[in-house]
Amino acid sequence: MSAFTFWLAVAGAGAITFALRLSFIALMGRIKIPVLLSRALRFVPAAVFTAVVIPLLFYVDGAVEVSFGNERLLAGVAAVLIAWRTRSVPLTLVGGMVVLWMLQLMGIGS
Amino acid sequence: MTTTISKPNKSTISPGTMRSRGAEHLGRGRLRSGDIALDPDRSFGEGNPSRGRAFVAGARTIVPVLLALLPFGLAFGATATGNGLTAVQALGMSVFVFAGAAQLAAVPLLSAGASVAIVLLTVLVINLRLTLYSASLAAHFGRLPAGWKGLLAYLLTDQAYAATITPFDEGETDESDKRWYYLGVALAIWVTWQAATMLGIVLGAWASEGWSLDFVLPLIFIAAAVPAIKDRTTGAASLSAGIAALFCGALPLNLGLITAALVGVLGGLVAETVLGRSWR
Repeated sequence: MSAFTFWLAVAGAGAITFALRLSFIALMGRIKIPVLLSRALRFVPAAVFTAVVIPLLFYVDGAVEVSFGNERLLAGVAAVLIAWRTRSVPLTLVGGMVVLWMLQLMGIGS
Repeated sequence: MTTTISKPNKSTISPGTMRSRGAEHLGRGRLRSGDIALDPDRSFGEGNPSRGRAFVAGARTIVPVLLALLPFGLAFGATATGNGLTAVQALGMSVFVFAGAAQLAAVPLLSAGASVAIVLLTVLVINLRLTLYSASLAAHFGRLPAGWKGLLAYLLTDQAYAATITPFDEGETDESDKRWYYLGVALAIWVTWQAATMLGIVLGAWASEGWSLDFVLPLIFIAAAVPAIKDRTTGAASLSAGIAALFCGALPLNLGLITAALVGVLGGLVAETVLGRSWR
């Protein structure tokens, strides 16, 4: 790929991403947000974060794997419990990583 | 460290406000004009010191997430140069696109000589979720001047959204301080992302191997998802998104993410309608 094509793609990607980010922030105040949309927005955090997490925990090499051999799923469950009990970001990050490393040392997964 | 997800901006609330019972009716962190005199910190400094404090509180809240972002940025820098991009090109992507997942997906396409249209379509689909964040934050930023909107939008990331939406929605941050709190969070993320990209370029593939550090990515989202589930309806949103994600995980172009997210929002709306608002 030529340098020109590369920068063309990057400029386009940057413009698209910025437009997506700005979309509703810019529209707000100019148009009236429908009631249904504002009701729906309350569910965005729970829905998106779950949608990001689930494939990262359940999918191994492109397929769902629910077993004690899936160490990321086990460490993820531990992290959910830690997050639920402590509500602490650092504890969740450290706890999740430590559980994963322990499982790997025990030879679970891989 | 004592940073918590539910009250990350505790330090923006002055002890003076906490003593006055009346202020609590106005929501956490909301100051009445009379309370300002009670706070010794506010009599010092020039202009509006609560802005500075909100900025610092935001930056401080995000520190653990920054540590987790580091390996992700390293991986991008290493992948980019590993795929034949120059250092300037890799850094240029981090500055202009500033969206980790899309950048990582675009690199192999760019180096394989895919058409510009394919690259743009991939970036569009992967970043569609940003419109959901934009809509969600619009309630808090919608009335700001255009320049602010542009700046805050450019800095909008998963992590910035995750760290700010809960305190904002729960009214923990004073209205005029929201932009500063968000800016503290988002600028710290921006600087970390650029620094991690450069480190990844310098260190190369060696930096991202071993230790399974990519696992911090799901961990960040777990730490954000759990407090977002506040009641039965948000629980229903999470559950339906999760089930949908299990089935959609293999969809091409990362379409599974936005599909599952929309199914989750729909699930929340259905639950709210069926259960009624009193069942929250």
